[in-house]
Amino acid sequence: MMDRIPILRMGQFLLVTIQVDMHDRLALALQDDLTTKISETGATGVLIDISSLEIVDSFIGRMVANISAMSKILDAQTVIVGMQPAVAITLVELGLSLPGVRTALDVERGMALLQNPRVNMTSYAQAGDEENFDDSDNQN
Amino acid sequence: MNNDLKARIASLLEEQQEMLLSEWAQELQAQGRQQGAISDKDLKQQCKEFLTLFRDAVQGEEGGKGENLRNMLGNLARSRAENGFTPTETATFVFSFKKPLYTVLHKEFSKDSNTLIEVIWGVNQSLDRLGLYTTEVTQSAREEVIRRQQQDMLELSTPVVSLAEGILALPLIGTLDSARTQVVMESLLQTIVTTGSTVAIIDITGVPTVDTLVAQHLLKTVTAARLMGADCIISGIRPQIAQTIVHLGVELGNVITKATLASAFKIALDMQGMKISRVAPVGAMTSKA
Amino acid sequence: MPRLATKKILTTVIIKTETLPVMAEHDVVKARQMVRQWASEIGLSLVDQTKIITAASELARNMVIYGGGGTMEIQSLEQYGRRGVKLVFEDKGPGIADITQALKDGFTTGSGMGLGLGGAKRLSNEFEIESTPGQGTRIMIARWK
Repeated sequence: MMDRIPILRMGQFLLVTIQVDMHDRLALALQDDLTTKISETGATGVLIDISSLEIVDSFIGRMVANISAMSKILDAQTVIVGMQPAVAITLVELGLSLPGVRTALDVERGMALLQNPRVNMTSYAQAGDEENFDDSDNQN
Repeated sequence: MNNDLKARIASLLEEQQEMLLSEWAQELQAQGRQQGAISDKDLKQQCKEFLTLFRDAVQGEEGGKGENLRNMLGNLARSRAENGFTPTETATFVFSFKKPLYTVLHKEFSKDSNTLIEVIWGVNQSLDRLGLYTTEVTQSAREEVIRRQQQDMLELSTPVVSLAEGILALPLIGTLDSARTQVVMESLLQTIVTTGSTVAIIDITGVPTVDTLVAQHLLKTVTAARLMGADCIISGIRPQIAQTIVHLGVELGNVITKATLASAFKIALDMQGMKISRVAPVGAMTSKA
Repeated sequence: MPRLATKKILTTVIIKTETLPVMAEHDVVKARQMVRQWASEIGLSLVDQTKIITAASELARNMVIYGGGGTMEIQSLEQYGRRGVKLVFEDKGPGIADITQALKDGFTTGSGMGLGLGGAKRLSNEFEIESTPGQGTRIMIARWK
C-alpha cells in the first residue's frame, strides 16, 4: 500500500539511500523500519545517503536527529552522508545544526568513519600549536 | 497640432535635411569636446538616423508613438553610457537639435506667429521628452554596469584554493557582509563537494574587523560544512579580533581556531594523516651543479 | 540586450499565478515540487530555490497539521527589475493567538521542533503574517532573485 525506503545490509552496517522527495509518513516509516532492523541484525553502524535529497526541512531534519539518537541507544553509530551544499546552507539558516549527528562527504568516507571511528575533533583544537613543522623524520 | 501641420513639418524636415544635419553637426561641435569618444562618421550616421525616425514619428507613422525613435535613442544612450558619456552629454545630443530645427521652422512659419508658437511648443515638448528619455536609459544602463561589476567583484574576491589532497583554504580579504558571505559560503561548500575535501581552512588574516554578524556568518559556514561532512578551521585571528569576539560574547563553540594559517595547515595535515618533513634540498643541489 | 523598460521599473508585474489546495500530507510534497519548478523557471539560484522550497514545506505542513488544510497561492513576478516568487498560505483554522511567541524558535504547540514559522521567515526575503484566532491564518513569503 505504502512504499517504503529499502534498507540494505552490508556486513555489520545498514545502508539507506533516500532518493525520493519524502512525505512525512514515509520518513516516520523509515524511522520504525531502521530501529527494528538494527535490533534484529545487531548492526553496529547505519549509513544514510541523502545526496539525492533536494531539501531537508525541520521534519526530515528531526527524523535524521531521531534516528541518530535512537540508534545510539541501540548501540549503533549513524552517519549521514552526501548532504548537498544548498541543503546544508538552508538547514543552518533554518536553525537546525543537528548536533550529535555524524556526517561524511560520501558513502565511502562514511563507511571508513564507521569502520574506524575517528579521534574526537576537539582533541585537535588543543594539540599541535607549535609554529614549525616537524622535521625530525627522514633525518636518521 | 493637426495632421496638415504635421505633414508640413515632415516635408520640411525632408527638404531641409542637408541643412539641418550640417547645422546640427556644428551645434554639436560647439558644445565642445565630449568626454566620451565617438567618431565623426558615427555621429553623422546617428544624426541622420535620428532625423529620419523623427520625421516618421512626426508624420504619425506606426501609430504616432515613435516607438522606433525611442528604441534608437535607447540603444544610442546605452552604448554611450558604456563608452563613458555623461548623461548630460547624451541628452545634449537631442537638445542641440532644437536650434537648427527652430531656425527652419521659424523661416517657414514666420508669417503666422500663432502657428509658429504652436509648432515650436509641440516640437519642443517631444524633444524634451526624448532628451529625458536618454537620461533615464543612461542611468539604468549605468546601474546595470554597477550591478554587474558588484557581481564580478563578489566572484573575484572569494578564491577557494587547494593546499593539499583533501585540504582547502579560503583566504578572506576585506569586509564581510551578508551578500558576500553567502557567495563565500556557497563557493567553499561547492568546492568541498567537487574536490572531495574533508578539511577547509578559513583564513581571516585579511579581514579588518569581526563584528557579531561576521562572526555569526563564519559560524554558519562552519556548521554547514560540518553537516556535509567536512571540518573547518578558522585561522588568522589577530589579538584584537580575539578580544572583540570575547567582548561581543560570541560563542565559537567547538570550532577549531588557530592564530596563523601555518598552524591551521599543520592541524589539517594531522587530520588527514599527512605530515611535512624536511629532506635534502634537491633544488639547491641541482642548481649548484 | 538588457531589458530597460522604464515604466515597468516602478511597478510590479505578475508573470503568472496559480492556487494549489493543501489539504493532506501528500499535498505538501506537491507544493514543494511546484515551488521548485516555479523558482527554477524565474532563475533563482539553487541555494535560493532550496530556501524558498524549505520555507514552503514548513508552512504547508503547518497548515495541514494546525490549520486543518488550506490553499497555497503561488505567483512569479517582477518588481524593480528583479524576478521573484511569492507564496501565500491561507487557512481557515484556529489561527494563532500570539504571533510574536509563535515566531520564536523552539515554540510549538504540536510535536515539531518549533522551527517552522521562524525558520520560514529567516529563509525568505519577505514575510508577512496575519492571523485572527478562530478565523484563520494568512502568511505571505517571497524570495527575490
